[in-house]
Amino acid sequence: MPRVRVTVDGTVQEHEVEPRLLLVHFLRDLAGRVGTPVGCDTSNCGACTVLVDGASVKSCSVLAVQVDGSDVTTIEGLATDGRFHPVQEAFHENHGLQCGYCTPGMVMASVDLLSTNPDPDEQQVREALEGNLCRCTGYHNIVRAVLAAARTMRSDASPVGGQA
Amino acid sequence: MTATQAAPTRWVGLPQPRREDARLLTGQTSWTDNIRLPRMLHAAILRSPMAHARIVSVDVSAALERPGVVAAFSGADLAGAWSSLPTAWTVSPDMKSPPHLPLATDKARHVGDGVAVVVATSRDAAADALEAIDVEYEPLPAVIDMEAALAEGSALVHDEVPGNLCFTWREDHGDYAATTTGDDVVVVRRRYVNQRLIPTPMEPRAVVASATPSTGEVTIWSSTQVPHFVRIFVALNAGWPEHKVRVIAPDVGGGFGSKLDVYAEEVIVPVLATRLGRPVAWTESRSENCQATIHGRDLIQDVEISATRDGRVRGLKVDLTTDMGAYLQLLTPSIPLLGRYMYPGIYRFEAHTLTCRGVFTTKTPTDAYRGAGRPEATFVIERIMDELAAELGIEPLELRRRNWIPHDQFPYTSVCGLEYDSGNYEAATDKATDLFGYDELRAEQARRRESGDPVQLGIGISTYTEMCGLAPSRWLGREGYVAGGWEAATVRVTLTGQVEVVVGTSPHGQGHGTTFAQVAADALGVPYESVEVVYGDTSRAPMGLDTYGSRSLAVGGVAIVRAAEKVVEQARAVAAHLLEADPRDVEFEAGTFRVRGTPGEGRTIQEVAGAAFVAHDLPEGVEPFLAATAVLDPETFSFPHGTHLCAVEVDTETGFVRIRSYVAVDDVGTVVNPLVVEGQVHGGITQGVAQALFEEAFYDDDGNLLTSTLVDYTVPSSADVPSWTVDRTETPATTNPLGVKGVGETGAIASTPAVVNAVVDALRPYGVTDVRMPCTPERVWRAIQGGTQ
Repeated sequence: MPRVRVTVDGTVQEHEVEPRLLLVHFLRDLAGRVGTPVGCDTSNCGACTVLVDGASVKSCSVLAVQVDGSDVTTIEGLATDGRFHPVQEAFHENHGLQCGYCTPGMVMASVDLLSTNPDPDEQQVREALEGNLCRCTGYHNIVRAVLAAARTMRSDASPVGGQA
Repeated sequence: MTATQAAPTRWVGLPQPRREDARLLTGQTSWTDNIRLPRMLHAAILRSPMAHARIVSVDVSAALERPGVVAAFSGADLAGAWSSLPTAWTVSPDMKSPPHLPLATDKARHVGDGVAVVVATSRDAAADALEAIDVEYEPLPAVIDMEAALAEGSALVHDEVPGNLCFTWREDHGDYAATTTGDDVVVVRRRYVNQRLIPTPMEPRAVVASATPSTGEVTIWSSTQVPHFVRIFVALNAGWPEHKVRVIAPDVGGGFGSKLDVYAEEVIVPVLATRLGRPVAWTESRSENCQATIHGRDLIQDVEISATRDGRVRGLKVDLTTDMGAYLQLLTPSIPLLGRYMYPGIYRFEAHTLTCRGVFTTKTPTDAYRGAGRPEATFVIERIMDELAAELGIEPLELRRRNWIPHDQFPYTSVCGLEYDSGNYEAATDKATDLFGYDELRAEQARRRESGDPVQLGIGISTYTEMCGLAPSRWLGREGYVAGGWEAATVRVTLTGQVEVVVGTSPHGQGHGTTFAQVAADALGVPYESVEVVYGDTSRAPMGLDTYGSRSLAVGGVAIVRAAEKVVEQARAVAAHLLEADPRDVEFEAGTFRVRGTPGEGRTIQEVAGAAFVAHDLPEGVEPFLAATAVLDPETFSFPHGTHLCAVEVDTETGFVRIRSYVAVDDVGTVVNPLVVEGQVHGGITQGVAQALFEEAFYDDDGNLLTSTLVDYTVPSSADVPSWTVDRTETPATTNPLGVKGVGETGAIASTPAVVNAVVDALRPYGVTDVRMPCTPERVWRAIQGGTQ
């Protein structure tokens, strides 16, 4: 079986894997990162979204062998030093989650959006999150949260400058 | 630390961000599928690919040869290990409740019906081995269409149920026929199809079980709304003593009624764990969720309304034909019953007749889906009010105003004999029309009609009420339900002044950990931060009837208040002793006991808890703790109401419907946490909109479910819906001390007819009087081409 080496939330994970193993199952079953859930089997729901080398990826649509050598960030690695990422904070403040099952994917997709478009309008947020389904919130507060996080991140970033 | 901290005056009403969030936002979650136990095995279920077939033989021997496989069983192999799955409601004397074993033995009755199970050392090994099971099926005709199923000569889903007729019932309130006669009477008839939906919580169902053979104890983790139901029904089904069964509902990723059930897998998995002596886990795939978790709605609704020419409603006649699917699940036959009082809505009818037939088909069973009967009823009354308005040439909002119950007539007994305790439809409607810009939009609509704009504007109204907060036990008993409707809460103030609230509700996204802490903090006058809410585990919260029917706050929350009142009385005795006063002279306010007239000295309830616990100086007969349980059986239902207004733009060339604006003004009584309430309304509206515009569970003639993935079953995304304008009026319920009403289902109840009314309103100049749901571009376009569908 092929051997892959992946950095997951800052820790190197090296495992022998079946060629058919999906990244999401690598994370859940081999790397012990069960914070990333599975919501469908057709890559529609986006609940399993993670960042691979900084870009959002549905981890059910990638094989573990494809991310050999990559750096993966899951919802469990987003907060630093016990502090929420601004997107997590905004989801909390704006009640952007109810049952929380879509939340890891929503948050990671939102982080990716704001890294490429720091000042989206409502429609851009809605289109960017189109691949992430939520059944509880009606998206209203998710959109509010992402817009609020964008404001926070812009004001946090501007005095320091240059922070990605 | 908190023992001497001054409590804020009031937590109820504050938009407190939820304490549940920290865990959910950082992936520190306990979904059932996350559970990993030593030596745990994985189960996979072989499901019928045929809608209707006799099972001639099942041979699992080849599966046993597959790598990693530990065991494999057919339905017949395990038939002695369990009994028929439960149905908790007998809705009529003629109701047929045919056997429903966890794995089928005689026939497969829908695509997705379980016929065999494999247990292996990994999930993949179990799934791979399913293909090695050899099942010989003898195909039988699929029974798909409800009305065809009732017709002579139809194949029978259950040999013992003639004509596939599960039940019939009828209700008559007043003399409907008398309301249809007279020169000034108009009668409008319509047929509505309330299509079949797939609830689709984002977390698929999952079950894990672990057994200790030496003691007979079984622990079941399940993604369920109803751990207490699962405990008793699984114990009864498998023949285990109830007190040996512990059910834990860990983090549950949404339910919407679909996890208000006792499913085959909740029996299969613990039975296998017991038999094999190892923990067993099962998680459904999304396509299994679509096929083998319940569906919702699915009714044909024939409706007739009579009214005077000047716009006074008189009578309402509704004939329902409703699809049970292949089996009765826990509440399948009761769904139309739960909606039956809501057909007259908020209007003053003289007479109302309702008939209902339940039909078996070879489709996935239906059961409770957000609103469970009331969305279906509300759809009928709010749609037919618009049709009546069109027939009479009266503006639809004006027609509603002429007929609704004026605010000064509450409490009001509806034509069904149900007493609505409170409401103010005028206030909610006035606020909604202001926020919506009703008159401006009507003016724009007129301009677009006049100019022949290819994009037409439609305005939809839904002035709804509903009955929720299930339910008075006496009422349930009269209606044929096997259980009660009470809820239990235990409040305990610990030695250190912390408060533990144990409730029998079982949230799955509603935020009880936050909102119930707000309720308890106020009831005891303690800081919110010092209250912890415990739920979802039958060993920690042994008494409870769980979460559904918008009952948690109106029933469970009130139980917390009652338990807290008992604790205050326990504490008053101790405090009086400490203050050397007569208990009758000791007042309790904002968490502190004081002797009347001596404002200076006092003891907080948290200090009293410490003094009680050490028991160094207690009055005679007082036990050394502050803890009490209360069971609240509601006197009646709660009746939230509101006015929802929807503006759609319909592209008459493509049939595409765009929601331009949506205003909801709901009256859910006293609001404990506006953030949570608005979130419930947003989500409910979106689910109702999904029924109106996007979703339908669709079967082909052979009984294949064509919408068994999220590719085909089109749950709306963020790009499909707008932001919602949500506001409130607050008319406190008079039937509970908190003044609260339910909120969990209001959005889904109100929004579907608002949207369809808007679509039809846009197209009325084209002769369109209905568009079948979901109002897809194709259906809308065809309606425009053909006039009435």
